[in-house]
Amino acid sequence: MADTIVQVHDVSKSYHRDSIEIPVLQNITLDVPEGEFLALMGPSGSGKTTLLNLIAGIDRPNNGSINVAGTNIVQLGESALAQWRSRHVGFVFQFYNLMPVLTAFENVELPLLLTHLSKKERKEHVETALNVVGLADRIHHYPKQLSGGQEQRVAIARAIVTDPTIIVADEPTGDLDKKSADEILLLMERLNGEFKKTIVMVTHDPRAAERAHKTQHLEKGELIQ
Amino acid sequence: MKIPLTYNLRNLWTRRLTTLLTVGGIALVVFVFAAVLMLAQGVKTTLVSTGSDDNVIILRKSAQSELLSAVSRESAALIETFPEIAADKNGKPLASANMVTIINLHKKKTNDMGNVTVRGVSPEILAVHPEVTIKEGRMLQFGSNEIVVGNAIADEFDGTAIGQKIQIGTNLWTIVGLFDAGKTGFASEIWGDTEQLMLAFNRPVYSSLTLKLKNPDDFETLKTKLSAEQRLQELEPKREKQYFEEQSEFMATFIRALGLVITIIFSFGAMIGAMITMYAAVSNRTVEIGTLRALGFRRRSVLAAFLAESLMLSLIGGAIGIIIASFLQFVSFSTTNFGSFAELAFGFSLTPGIVLGTLLFALAMGFVGGFLPAFRAARLNIIAALRSA
Repeated sequence: MADTIVQVHDVSKSYHRDSIEIPVLQNITLDVPEGEFLALMGPSGSGKTTLLNLIAGIDRPNNGSINVAGTNIVQLGESALAQWRSRHVGFVFQFYNLMPVLTAFENVELPLLLTHLSKKERKEHVETALNVVGLADRIHHYPKQLSGGQEQRVAIARAIVTDPTIIVADEPTGDLDKKSADEILLLMERLNGEFKKTIVMVTHDPRAAERAHKTQHLEKGELIQ
Repeated sequence: MKIPLTYNLRNLWTRRLTTLLTVGGIALVVFVFAAVLMLAQGVKTTLVSTGSDDNVIILRKSAQSELLSAVSRESAALIETFPEIAADKNGKPLASANMVTIINLHKKKTNDMGNVTVRGVSPEILAVHPEVTIKEGRMLQFGSNEIVVGNAIADEFDGTAIGQKIQIGTNLWTIVGLFDAGKTGFASEIWGDTEQLMLAFNRPVYSSLTLKLKNPDDFETLKTKLSAEQRLQELEPKREKQYFEEQSEFMATFIRALGLVITIIFSFGAMIGAMITMYAAVSNRTVEIGTLRALGFRRRSVLAAFLAESLMLSLIGGAIGIIIASFLQFVSFSTTNFGSFAELAFGFSLTPGIVLGTLLFALAMGFVGGFLPAFRAARLNIIAALRSA
């Protein structure tokens, strides 16, 4: 039995719009074992992206606790949380979110600028990550010179370059054609199988969810068992 | 670790039209700012370089300029006996008794009348001011109605060529030479024999007395002696450099004050320009900011990055402004110096201090213009920023 890497306990989250409180998540409890490939599914507005953001430490719950790799991230201050994210979380976004003015190499290098690695070590890490995603020959290309699938692979390289504890992916295939989407999913399966990366993925796409070990459904802010 | 500067530089390059316009605005303001400082410095440099370190000028106490000063013949004769004064090989003290007045001449370019300083000098004048040399013609003959004109006068005024005659006081005076006084105030003067000029103006006293010291350090001794001598109580010695610096003060301060007021008003325009540019930059890159923050870059890194971008804009603008302003050094013109009421030819003078001051001014504009947008970027909520995709 693998250790639990993410423990979400009794977490609720609501937003305020003007004076109206809109509940998004209600009393969510979820454990993710190390090495898991978990898909979060549900209709729009079910709270799956909010849950992913909470696990990734870019949003805060109203109550409850979130333990990731032994740290209760709810208690961390702004700066400590930023530092924690840089060490433990790799992000994959639906629209890739690469910096358009930076090359593939420089985009992948960005998270490494937050570490104490030397320039030479950073170069080695970036090249390894780009090799894993099969883009070693596109190292000096700018995002606009790449296809959508290639851009997402650069984004995945950026997500894995720091060897994070978990990878969070929000609709990673949402903006891609079927062929590119398959390539990305294959790559994520490989990251999970070959490199033992824990992945939490939000998706609408049942074919994407099929690649995961486990799928959790959310509806109206609650997990459906 | 910080967000790499290449990120900012390439973003500036990506939106180069906006960058260019903002840089242009800043460059213009910096140009005006630098020009004002260079002009004030030009006046100061011209007048200060008129004085020599080892020269002393004797004026009536509280006289603010030579025009308002009077030194009697007896006092001048007494002072010339002081041993601190250098002497020529014949033992004659290196001192020039000056009589200063103003005449009107027509300007070449506009045909307007301009005030010109006429200085009566003693035969030792070229030894007292060895930096002044006769460029064309010859030195005036003392005891005659001959005059020599400075290089700036010959350039600026009609009827100042060698051989021409000028009415000064009751007499006509013949120009026999042209002297080169470089970029000093003397270049804007006409020199004649003090004794002859005093006759022409029916003046019983000199305006001032210029002395060359054996040793520049003797100034304090001379000052003490002068104040101890009962017959010289109405007089006051000043280092010549200090005297001319005081002469430049009013005009330099006036130029600086007027120019700074104008530049400060202009700078608001440039700062608002930089602010609009940076607000647009933040607004266009909201998702990028959200992504950087998600990756773990702190608020202060984002603040520093956008502030750095604004500072880069202003530094580029500042550098361009200074480069353009530096060409003003080749421009020289003349105007009335408030200190002497006479025409003074001077140019724009660029010093390392002005370059530094101007760059700091540009950076200050970039900082003020960039701070609020950078602060906004740093305060963006990560989730809201990422959602704006």
